[in-house]
Amino acid sequence: MSTELISPVTAIADAEHDAAPVEPAERRGRAPLTTGGRIRLVFAHLGVYLAALIFVSPLVYAFFSALKPNSEMFSMPPTLVGSELRWSNFADVFAYGPFLTYIGNSFFVAIAGTLVVLTVSTMAGYAFGRLRWKGRDLVFVLFLGTLMVPQEVLVIPMFQVMQWLGWVDSYPALIFPFAFTAFGTFLMRQFFRGIPFELEEAARVDGAGPIRSFLQIILPLAKSAVAVLAVFTFLSFWNSYLWPLIVTVDYASHGTLPIGLASFSGLQGTRWDLQMAAAIISMVPTTVLVIALQKHLVKGIAMAGLGGR
Amino acid sequence: MSTTTYTPRRGTLARTESRQALGFVSPALAGLALFTIVPVVLSIVMGFFNWPTFGDKEFVGFDNYVRLFTQSPDFWPALRNTFVFALLYVPISVILSLLLALSLSSRIRGRGALRVLFFIPVVTPMVANVLVWKMLLQPQGLFNGLAQSWFGVQLPNFLADPQWAMIMVVVMSVWQGLGYNMLIFSAALEQLPESVVEAARIDGAKGFRMIWSVMLPMISPSIFFASIMTMITSLQVFAQPQLLTGGGPGNATQPLVQFIYNQGFKFQELGLAAAAAWILFAIIIVLTALQFRAQKKWVHYEH
Repeated sequence: MSTELISPVTAIADAEHDAAPVEPAERRGRAPLTTGGRIRLVFAHLGVYLAALIFVSPLVYAFFSALKPNSEMFSMPPTLVGSELRWSNFADVFAYGPFLTYIGNSFFVAIAGTLVVLTVSTMAGYAFGRLRWKGRDLVFVLFLGTLMVPQEVLVIPMFQVMQWLGWVDSYPALIFPFAFTAFGTFLMRQFFRGIPFELEEAARVDGAGPIRSFLQIILPLAKSAVAVLAVFTFLSFWNSYLWPLIVTVDYASHGTLPIGLASFSGLQGTRWDLQMAAAIISMVPTTVLVIALQKHLVKGIAMAGLGGR
Repeated sequence: MSTTTYTPRRGTLARTESRQALGFVSPALAGLALFTIVPVVLSIVMGFFNWPTFGDKEFVGFDNYVRLFTQSPDFWPALRNTFVFALLYVPISVILSLLLALSLSSRIRGRGALRVLFFIPVVTPMVANVLVWKMLLQPQGLFNGLAQSWFGVQLPNFLADPQWAMIMVVVMSVWQGLGYNMLIFSAALEQLPESVVEAARIDGAKGFRMIWSVMLPMISPSIFFASIMTMITSLQVFAQPQLLTGGGPGNATQPLVQFIYNQGFKFQELGLAAAAAWILFAIIIVLTALQFRAQKKWVHYEH
């Protein structure tokens, strides 16, 4: 287990259970099927696919609703496809509100926030996981302790802090306050600890200091873990709602996508067609991300599942 | 770049390493101090003050806490709504996602794609998900439209009826969060050791017996973890009721977090909001501790 170069899952699993899975049960039950078994398998497929169809139908219906004229949104009887496929709805969204600003803000905040989180947590993770210093374990416990405090306790005083800093309605307020949570540091520390120390010792003997060893040895080995942290951080910034809602007053300048979407529904003469188009647009980046990274999904959950959102 | 050389003088070396470690950890420490420690301390302080967003602060002792329980008309309903939501949401979500993970066994074709499908609402913005459901649940929306044109049945006005509104907040939330626990359980099921499953099979366990007596106990640590996380997030529910029903009708679906948000940012009573947030925190801690206690009865660790 410890000889191979440690996937984050096994690193976490080892840390948690100390027990290595003997062999994945994936290949279990590949024995030839009886007739009864085959019939059961057909029904299992039918059930699962039916469940999937029902599950995804709200999204499919929302997508086609985004292509309907507004007058047909609630036609009776309901139809999936309207009298025309009005693709122009997706363009009209941008004229309905400062939608482009929302999208730009969301991308900027999510990318900047992710970069901050990655920088801060890889550095701190390195100090906690691979350097020896006085008080390290005590400080780390303090770090972990802060994970227990829910966001709701923090947002009220955080808003006060933002007022004192003059940060209300600003990008720093959207980026920094929740970029220093201990979660990323914890994740990185766990991963870094799994990297064999001999690799670094050799470089140290050759005269490399911790900065060089961090940048040239540890970080390249941690690419997959950093990627997982990056994706989950991006998602949490992209989807964040409560904090931007509190700290943004002027939506037209600093509103992010969720804030913009929510304010759409408050506008006069509700344009459901445009709301649906806007909702679909906001879903695209994260959906693409998940489809592109589906292979790492289970691994990421096993790793990041410890923190959630 | 550092100038450390590898000398046998351990004292100097340790000092150098300590100094360098401080450099690595200081951004995180500074951020944590400013954005977590300071707010936590400030929050405790604010809870004891009459603290309007603008204007003079006034020390009031435990008055905020007393006011919450005795004079705040929305507080008790918010507590009740939070518990009702959690009581409905946690078991439904955990059981459904467990069933789903079990159904998506290795024999199902295209299960990779199905997993992604069930996971999509987890990662799409909550606001967008809620908007979709808000459209479906309108009196002339898809659900009622289908019921009327297929069966001639008039469904209740889901978002206007207190009980239905809460049910729909739960339904929408279950739909949204299902994929997350499903993946946790799928990961756990895939890690089951072949030898144990095979041994149970030879002993004649199959079907329901196999799942109930062999697989579930073996993934019980994952079920425990998922239950705790699901419970904690359910106590923090905010966006779904806030956007789907606005907490209404009346205050029938307003949870604690929305109460906190309203007190703080609608009524500008930051002190009262801070006090309510600490009550939420206390509830989370107590319920989590209780679950940790109860786990001895049903969670099986390997050793």
